[in-house]
Amino acid sequence: MSWKIWSLKKSPWVFHVNTGACNNCDIEIVDLLTPKFDVERFGIKLVGSPRHADALLVTGGVTAQAAPRLREVYRQTPKPCVVFCIGACACDKGIFTTGYHMVGPVDKIIKEIDPNAIIAYVPGCPPKPEAMISGIVKALSAL
Amino acid sequence: MTEALQGLFWIIIFPGFLFTACLGLFASWIVRKVSALVQWRVGPPVLQPFYDVVKLLGKEVLVPQDAQRAVFIAAPVVGLAGVLLLSTMLWRTALTQTAFIGDIIVAIYLMVLPSLALILGSSASASPHAAVGTSREMKLVMGYELSLVMAFVVVVIKTGGQLNLAAIAQQASALSISGMVAFLVALLCVQAKLGFVPFDMAEAETELGSGVLMEYSAAPLAIWKLTQAMMLVALPLFLVMVFLGGFGNAPMPLVWGIGKYVLILVLLILIKNTNPRMRIDQAMKFFWVYCGIALAVAIILATIGNNYGINWL
Repeated sequence: MSWKIWSLKKSPWVFHVNTGACNNCDIEIVDLLTPKFDVERFGIKLVGSPRHADALLVTGGVTAQAAPRLREVYRQTPKPCVVFCIGACACDKGIFTTGYHMVGPVDKIIKEIDPNAIIAYVPGCPPKPEAMISGIVKALSAL
Repeated sequence: MTEALQGLFWIIIFPGFLFTACLGLFASWIVRKVSALVQWRVGPPVLQPFYDVVKLLGKEVLVPQDAQRAVFIAAPVVGLAGVLLLSTMLWRTALTQTAFIGDIIVAIYLMVLPSLALILGSSASASPHAAVGTSREMKLVMGYELSLVMAFVVVVIKTGGQLNLAAIAQQASALSISGMVAFLVALLCVQAKLGFVPFDMAEAETELGSGVLMEYSAAPLAIWKLTQAMMLVALPLFLVMVFLGGFGNAPMPLVWGIGKYVLILVLLILIKNTNPRMRIDQAMKFFWVYCGIALAVAIILATIGNNYGINWL
């Protein structure tokens, strides 16, 4: 394992991207960052700019307006980075599958610009913070 | 030749880069750990700041398309150089009592260098968020710089016009009314210099998305993080030297010196954790009006005390 991946596992900084979620997953992500779960124990930190991020927490099924923004945010994230699809919508558009304005899901949009992107899925509507921690740990140990 | 080697050793290894960077990363772990304990959390492991820097060094460097490339990349290096010189000079004075006349003025200039480099680098990044952060940082520098210099003027008057750090460090100026006022104001100025809450409006993660540092990624960001960590060593050390009597001539100077340093660090962390972020206009008003008036009174008291030989004034 190279030192780049080793250090990435030790301090994954996350950036939160909402691509048209109903806000439920966002609230759960905010829950994840509260003192109760204290993810800073693992070096996980919420950062304000995609250029600082190692992981994107994407919620929502990607609306037509959000798709170009999502691609731009992904390009602005320095590689190596991991994309986390948080919630049913981000994983597979969820209840909005037949929506006229939906161009997602997230992995399709990301793979259009980077076929080798590392993408992890945390399903649920919304997923519990425990599920997100479990997903992040599994994804990072698979790197 | 040996003198040049000795100088290089001072700058790169012992009190300079390697030592100060390690100590700074440890100090920034203390900041995060104590903040976590205040919020009833467990907090990060000891090596967390080290992991962060190593990780950032291994990532891809992105430079914005419209950025002024050379300035954008050079700015963090200039900032690091400034704080490196500052910390080497201060440690040398603290440990070996060697100093030159006017080094307090040199130190004041070197302390501004990281802020100026930050202003240059972020304004070269062509980002609107960074532009707002830059303008706030500039106003903040103008705000606290006046108070900081006035606080040092109080000390210089109290020591009878000494401009030599080793001579200033002979007496603990904070053990008097004017010295205490100057020390408290200088502590708040250091808080602003470190970009800690309540004076973190230039970075302001929740409103500007880390403002001045927004466009930096990977290695340049790692250099900024190192610069900030080293500032966390150099600035409290400078306060110890100027106000609290340095490492002193007590039987165990190192223990005393580290105790004073930890005291200042804890004060900074407690201020950080018990205050909300100020607006930039509030911060400028605070430094210019309230701190300015307090320091003017302190200067008058110090002058009277010095002229009539009243040490506690």
